[in-house]
Amino acid sequence: MVRTYFLLAWTWTRAAAAYPASFALMVLLGFVAAALDVAVVLIIFANTTALAGFSREEVLFLYGAAGLSFTLCDTFVSNIDRVSQHIKAGTLDTFLIRPAGAWVQLTTDRFNPTRAGRVLQAAVVLGYAIAALGIGWERGWMIPVMVATGVVIFAALWTLAGAVQFVLTDAPEVTSAFTYGSNQLTQYPLAVYARDLVKGVTYVLPLAFVNWQPGLYVLDRDDPFGTPGAMRFLGPAAALVLALLAALAWRQGIRHYRSTGS
Amino acid sequence: MIELDRAGRSFKVKRNVVHAVRDLSLTVTAGEFVGCLGPNGAGKSTTIKMLCGILTPTSGTVRVAGLDPSRRRTALARRLGVVFGQRTTLWWDLPLVDSFALIRHLYQVDRVTFRARLAELTETLDLGAFLRTPVRQLSLGQRMRGDLAAALLHAPDVLVLDEPTIGLDVVSKAGIRDFLRRVNAERGTTVLLTTHDLGDIERLCRRVVLIGHGRLAFDGSLEELMATAPGQSSIEEVVTRLYTAGTQ
Repeated sequence: MVRTYFLLAWTWTRAAAAYPASFALMVLLGFVAAALDVAVVLIIFANTTALAGFSREEVLFLYGAAGLSFTLCDTFVSNIDRVSQHIKAGTLDTFLIRPAGAWVQLTTDRFNPTRAGRVLQAAVVLGYAIAALGIGWERGWMIPVMVATGVVIFAALWTLAGAVQFVLTDAPEVTSAFTYGSNQLTQYPLAVYARDLVKGVTYVLPLAFVNWQPGLYVLDRDDPFGTPGAMRFLGPAAALVLALLAALAWRQGIRHYRSTGS
Repeated sequence: MIELDRAGRSFKVKRNVVHAVRDLSLTVTAGEFVGCLGPNGAGKSTTIKMLCGILTPTSGTVRVAGLDPSRRRTALARRLGVVFGQRTTLWWDLPLVDSFALIRHLYQVDRVTFRARLAELTETLDLGAFLRTPVRQLSLGQRMRGDLAAALLHAPDVLVLDEPTIGLDVVSKAGIRDFLRRVNAERGTTVLLTTHDLGDIERLCRRVVLIGHGRLAFDGSLEELMATAPGQSSIEEVVTRLYTAGTQ
């Protein structure tokens, strides 16, 4: 599956690289557009020294970690969004006659390598925050774990959103609210949100494990909402459960595909 | 090679249930060349899609090359070639050769075998002139030849074609028919095609299957089909009678 993924992604990358100037410009634009998000954080901190008790560097750390997970998924998984178009047009048929999983083929469908600009921007912010906060290995080991957990959670969300398209063919925007909305939500410390919302994204839709819970461990902070310390380490388990649910939903979606006339 | 046992597929449309195919039983043995006729909306495409694993049957069983298509879709794909006349299976924005290269990897055809097959297909389907052209720029006839080559690069045991000659001019049609006949005769590939072109049936198919209202309406040789309407001399008249009889 990994081999098939990179083979398909590479084919589209080569197709995009046929126009090098446009390719470079798109990477740059992605970088600049993403940088505007950071500008918002910086503007907030031009007026205050702390946001819900978190310093500018701590907020940038949480922002960068979630951003890296999200942009990686945006590059490697988000093409699955297009499944609703393929379902409506019946072009999903052509994916289903190949000896490869529909998921791999859809996530690489018109794979867009220029999204690398946004990944780079998130990595730069995260790198800056880690350096500025002087995070060492004794707690920093959690950072790669949390980024990987975040990737799995966002990938599972996108897959769930894709699976829902088989039933609600007319609602790609509704599911985008979950995928892109989740990214917006995780950009700030969850302490700025209402308690009930935070409960929801901890125990129902496990967005709190993208960067908040493991981030509290890295930053050596107590949870303002008072969850026990063991919660900091539950991210991988929560991600796995969500991924399994997404895989099941996707399978069911494919089996309920109705194709189109002719 | 292909077995349908009381296979059915229904769709819920608003609150009604539409039976696109019902209780369809059909067996095609290895090496046969079967043509499938039927009026628009009779269930031909639905049947083809059940054979490929695209649609899961709602009743009965389907087996192709010994596999349940909807459960073993990817395993079956390696032994099955599929062509949709109405829709290309090639990558729209990529040159034809890139599509072929992707297919080589996806079906894990080794390089030497691939080169030999591509050379053979390029010659018999006359693809040389447009191998480097993106698929979206090909004419319908060229695209169909490209699709046929793509469906055969992995030397499938079964070739399924849904209206492969639709919209083609007489010369292109003759070329495609000649090619399909050779694939069936020389490689022993089992071929099942659907068509509205009775010329396809007359020139290619030893066995004719007619589907009407989602059910099997006729199954036999071309001679037997003609014999269902004594006194009628042309296949058009015979088929017209069968189609209209089904709607009454």
